[in-house]
Amino acid sequence: MTQVSLKAPAIRRLGGGTGPRQRVRGLSDRALAFYFVLPSLLLLLAINIFPLAWNIYLSFTNYRANMPGFPVRWVGDLNYARLLGSEDVWAAMQHTAHFVGWAMLIQVILGFGLAWLLNRKFKGAGLFITLIALPMMLSKAVVGTFWTYIFQPQSGIFNYIVNFFADVGEFTMLGNADLAPWALILVDTWMWTPFIMLIVLAGLRSVPQDLYEAAEVDGASSWRQFWTITVPMVLPFLMLAVLFRSIECFKLFDMVAELTSGGPGSATELANIFLKRQAFETWRTGYAAAFAVILFVTTFGAANIYVKFWTKVKER
Amino acid sequence: MVRRFAAVLAAGLFATVAVAGTTAEPARAQDKSLTLCWASWDPANALRQLSKDFTEETGIEMNYEFVPWTNYADRFLTVLNSQGDLCDLIIGDSQWLGIGAEFGHYVKLNDFFSEEEISMDRFLDAAVYNYATWPKGTDNYWALPAMGDAVGYVYRKDWFQRPEIRKSFEQEYGYELGVPKTWQELMDVAQFFQGRTIDGKKRYGIALYTERGSEGITMGVTNALYAWGFEYDDPNNDYRMDGYVNSDKAVEAVKFYKKLYECCTPPGHSNAYMTANLDAYKSGQVAMQMNFFAFFPGIHKNDRVGGDTSGYFVNPTHGDKPRASVLGGQGISVVKYSDKQDMALEYIKWFAQPEVQKRWWKLGGYSVHKAVVNAPWFKDSAPFASEFLTAMSTVRDFWQEPTYAQLLQSTQKRMHDYIVADKGTAKEALDNLITDWKFTFQSVGKY
Repeated sequence: MTQVSLKAPAIRRLGGGTGPRQRVRGLSDRALAFYFVLPSLLLLLAINIFPLAWNIYLSFTNYRANMPGFPVRWVGDLNYARLLGSEDVWAAMQHTAHFVGWAMLIQVILGFGLAWLLNRKFKGAGLFITLIALPMMLSKAVVGTFWTYIFQPQSGIFNYIVNFFADVGEFTMLGNADLAPWALILVDTWMWTPFIMLIVLAGLRSVPQDLYEAAEVDGASSWRQFWTITVPMVLPFLMLAVLFRSIECFKLFDMVAELTSGGPGSATELANIFLKRQAFETWRTGYAAAFAVILFVTTFGAANIYVKFWTKVKER
Repeated sequence: MVRRFAAVLAAGLFATVAVAGTTAEPARAQDKSLTLCWASWDPANALRQLSKDFTEETGIEMNYEFVPWTNYADRFLTVLNSQGDLCDLIIGDSQWLGIGAEFGHYVKLNDFFSEEEISMDRFLDAAVYNYATWPKGTDNYWALPAMGDAVGYVYRKDWFQRPEIRKSFEQEYGYELGVPKTWQELMDVAQFFQGRTIDGKKRYGIALYTERGSEGITMGVTNALYAWGFEYDDPNNDYRMDGYVNSDKAVEAVKFYKKLYECCTPPGHSNAYMTANLDAYKSGQVAMQMNFFAFFPGIHKNDRVGGDTSGYFVNPTHGDKPRASVLGGQGISVVKYSDKQDMALEYIKWFAQPEVQKRWWKLGGYSVHKAVVNAPWFKDSAPFASEFLTAMSTVRDFWQEPTYAQLLQSTQKRMHDYIVADKGTAKEALDNLITDWKFTFQSVGKY
């Protein structure tokens, strides 16, 4: 291995020296660093922080973006009170929770199972992984559009397959308020299980083989090896995948818009579909801003708790 | 070296900005072109064709921003609300007149009409009322009636004429198969065709509007509501809706539409609007389709279902109530934020000419100019021309209030919840609708 040693002047040039600070045209290293970071900071302020602050401000007003002359009034927590007392909001949150919960559960089971199978060495494993990963490379809107054809009761292949195994006759997945939420879960699972599979596969491949060898020497069964070695070692990877996917599921919009537009009725009106309707169809901007704040706080809070838990699991 | 590069880069940037700054204005001033915004559909292609004459006559190039119907309102209302100058001319939905007028998106055209001697008397009264005026029925004009339209029906004339089908129908229903004159007949005919095998294929009754996202189910169910004599509010007391919106006849109409949807539409027809209905009809799935007249020229020319294969009819009636058709169609307005208003007005002046209007009809657009629709040749000029006139004389529109979008979304939700998702009762759906509408009107101080 080649050893690299930096001499004092070189270290100073890199800003890590302890001697007198290097100055560029009268600027200290700290100031120079600040000016380098400044454009990014300004950009961040302009496109992230300012809109967030503005959104929070709007959430306390009766502002309507489609009524330029309409007087904007400070309404205090009225929008929040209305939101929390609205049956439609709670229904949208319930639909979202149903979708996120079931999608995550099914995807974790399937993703883990697929990863477990593909972790064995066999000819063509690489090709299998690539093929399985294809759906997640597609656009969600495209996926939503072509699944509407797959679910088409007369010509779609989904009905054909279901009827091949169970003769249930013509039925509609997207037009039935009980089935439509499951249609969303099915499509999301088809598209995103490979993502969980890939991350879990990375986790499985990072488990040192000598742990299994030592366990075998100690006479541990395959089942015990799975629970005491595989699961704890893969869990941080799996949790990370669940975190990413849960956030994605929570903010899902485009696929639902194409598949069901939130229908039948409001059966698949997830939080983001509801938000979009309030913001850009009914133009209740202040109200929608308040809902956006609630969604932000919910996801941010839940993600923070989850990350703390994940860190503990990782450090175990 | 780095400093020299930075200096050159800065000089280059400065020069670019300076040159752009000095040349932008003259370039814009010399730009003899207009952008016209509308929905992306058959009539828009006809208008593109028609407008070539305008370019030839005036040298003004026409550009187009055509957006699919499902995004049409979202897209253009966002542009107008942000005071964008994307559109110089806009063919906006009839319900946008309130927004366009009250929030200053549209140029008021009264003075221009007076100067150019463009009289609204030359257009059908219903078209002027619905496509041009705000407040409704006053002499304040914000648009020129551009495209007349209403909901009608297309049916498979060839199937209706087959002796074996006619015989079966008469045996089952006790009267001759023909164009439905009442809503009950419409349901009978739809029920008759539902699941029937014709030419070896399973067919269905009728393709109705059931779409959830934009305005589909509202444009569908209001056909039934109007036929049952629905009123939006007390005719003597604006915005008082109790007992009108949720009247017994309104409840009956909504129940009827749900029954029609459940008995007689193709499976999975739960989120269908214009294009889905067209597809269902053109592919031979259904015997009838509900759709706007705007699509009928395209159907007439279609290889599979065009010509004598299809016939056309207007909304049936119910009991002794007068016939009513859901209004489609739009007026053309000049956008206030355009810096080419003079050229845009020149286009409107050109478009209002009787000769241009005749050509507009011949290309597939629906003129509502009296010189066209009252001409002796008009009724025979297309198989749907006469029906179009009947429909236009009985049109009714949704709320045209500035808050129409909110009112519309409430209707979409309540109607879809009941009709498609089978949630609650018709009475509950209409009661909830009143609650939503009251809230909307209260929020702008109108209730």
